[in-house]
Amino acid sequence: MNVHKGQIARTRSGKNGEAFLEVKSSDDGIVVHPKGNWVISDIVRPDSEITAIEKTASTAQKLEINLSGISSLDTSGAWLISRLYRNWQDAGGQVSITHPSDYARQLLQAVSVPREHLASPKVLGNPLVRMAENLGKLVSNVKIDTVMSMNIIGSAIRGPQMKSGRHGGVRPISIIHHIDRMGIRAVPIIMLMSFLIGAIIAQQSAFQLRFFGLEVWSVDLVGVLLLREVGVLLTAIMIAGRSGSAMTAEIGSMKMREEVDALTVIGLNPIGVLIFPRLVALTISLPLLTFLANIAALAGAALVLRFYSDVSLSDFILRLRSAIDLSTVFSGMIKAPFMAMIIGVMAAVEGMKVEGSAESLGRRTTAAVVKAIFFVIVVDGLFAIFYAAIDY
Amino acid sequence: MTQSGPNLATNIDQHEENREIVLSAHGVNVSFGEKQILKDLDIEVYRGEILGFVGASGSGKSVLMRAILGLNKKQSGTIRLFGEDYLGADDASRFLLDQRIGVMFQQGALFSSLSVLDNIQVPMREYLDLPANLMEELARVKLDLVGLSQDAAHKLPSQLSGGMIKRAALARSLALDPELVFLDEPTSGLDPIGAADFDELIVTLRDTLGLTVYMVTHDLDSLFSVCDRIAVLAEKRVLVAGDLATMLASEHEWVQSYFRGKRARQIVHQGATG
Repeated sequence: MNVHKGQIARTRSGKNGEAFLEVKSSDDGIVVHPKGNWVISDIVRPDSEITAIEKTASTAQKLEINLSGISSLDTSGAWLISRLYRNWQDAGGQVSITHPSDYARQLLQAVSVPREHLASPKVLGNPLVRMAENLGKLVSNVKIDTVMSMNIIGSAIRGPQMKSGRHGGVRPISIIHHIDRMGIRAVPIIMLMSFLIGAIIAQQSAFQLRFFGLEVWSVDLVGVLLLREVGVLLTAIMIAGRSGSAMTAEIGSMKMREEVDALTVIGLNPIGVLIFPRLVALTISLPLLTFLANIAALAGAALVLRFYSDVSLSDFILRLRSAIDLSTVFSGMIKAPFMAMIIGVMAAVEGMKVEGSAESLGRRTTAAVVKAIFFVIVVDGLFAIFYAAIDY
Repeated sequence: MTQSGPNLATNIDQHEENREIVLSAHGVNVSFGEKQILKDLDIEVYRGEILGFVGASGSGKSVLMRAILGLNKKQSGTIRLFGEDYLGADDASRFLLDQRIGVMFQQGALFSSLSVLDNIQVPMREYLDLPANLMEELARVKLDLVGLSQDAAHKLPSQLSGGMIKRAALARSLALDPELVFLDEPTSGLDPIGAADFDELIVTLRDTLGLTVYMVTHDLDSLFSVCDRIAVLAEKRVLVAGDLATMLASEHEWVQSYFRGKRARQIVHQGATG
């Protein structure tokens, strides 16, 4: 008899009846005849039939597995036969395999996996304990994050120097490169977005104030709101999404491919080389972008009020001059460097936490953006409290 | 063919003209832009053999393998797997053909977000409707076949060593019990002992599972100890194909320097005395 794989064209049809188990009971015991192609594409029916036989296993019974009717066999079929053999033996019954071909014997031997290898070592544990464990991890992560942020700010200030102390300080070309990528290339989208936001806020305030006949006061409202809060906040959020995520992904993939380790071995401070220029570039770019965003937003507001509420451009400028002064502009812009630091440090912390897998890179990038935006808003709130306290 | 298993010894005629051709490529042309990589290339792979593919770095070994699998476009030529036109096949026959081949990539290409056990189950889930616990059992059998310990079962690929990644990738390529497996530099990056173990594993699997193996390799040890036939890719085509004696007899300059170089001579010499 020739049982072997492949020589007989293997049908991959998955039709029922391709493979099945013939069971014959007698006084002597049970004889099972596996029939047909016991290959992985037709293994579902044999699996259920073998499982049914396994359930009847008992000490008294003798089982013979007669392989003479099998026409092709692969590891999955062999595994089922070997599983039946083992389970029957475990139940204390006698079992024998008869008429195996050389190939079948070889396969059966190959799939006779030691029992302990089939046990699942994955232990999930008590759900309550796991909840407490997750909470604990969360808390300790806050601590780790804080320490890492401090470490990154500290190392960044130290700069990219070699161990011998040479080449300390800043690298202007690198910083300018990052200002170009994070700042200048963000100008069109930031200005467009701010223009629209300014227009929308102007329209909304004019619409509400129209009931009181105070449409022209919407210039005051728009001016103060945009310059103190909305301009810087939206710019920071946009940059967190645009440049913060890119920074995490860049640093993270460098970490994955051991480039960060290579820098360390060469003797450079990786945080100084990779993160410092980005942090400086962000801190320079964000205030400048905020300034441009403010101008675009005011332009949007002026345009809408001109056509929606008949406030002419000269009226707009006159009212704006009485409503705001330089301190209004600066109270918004002062926040920008702080927000830039938050975005940069969050992106760097998460980037350095990336491990081997692509999934971890995605998770860290998400975390960086979410945390950066969250803390930007928190800091904005703190500034509001601070300004109120000092009457600024 | 002292290593061949009983089924091969009894069922496969040793004469090449009578052996079944599993994979054939004829007149394959591949070029990237202006640069021609492969020109009128012909190769045949017979059932049950381990074919080693060698060639200088950048000679197009990987390009050929990727062209066979349809990952790189070829400009012309026919590639037949099990006698069927693989790339031109309709969805139904492609579905059947895909189950008959397995591929192990050089870096393993394990899905980094899945555990080793889940990685092995991916092809099973994709093609077959199996009960979950049977799939897990079969995945564990595959793990055992490639010699991975069960501690590795629930690990993520990033937690594995280089050798374990190779074994896990091999286990995944064997998930559906394919007839033909493609191995891209299976022993690169392994230590000599690990590489020798892996070579032995490939022979054992070929013998027990009746596999046909298409192996791109640079490892002289594997070429000499495992491969039944060697094909040399140079000058954009298969320069010579045959057993080791054919290689050693070849007059071509690159083949000579490859197989009669200092490193090769040592291995051949050891083989002769040991």
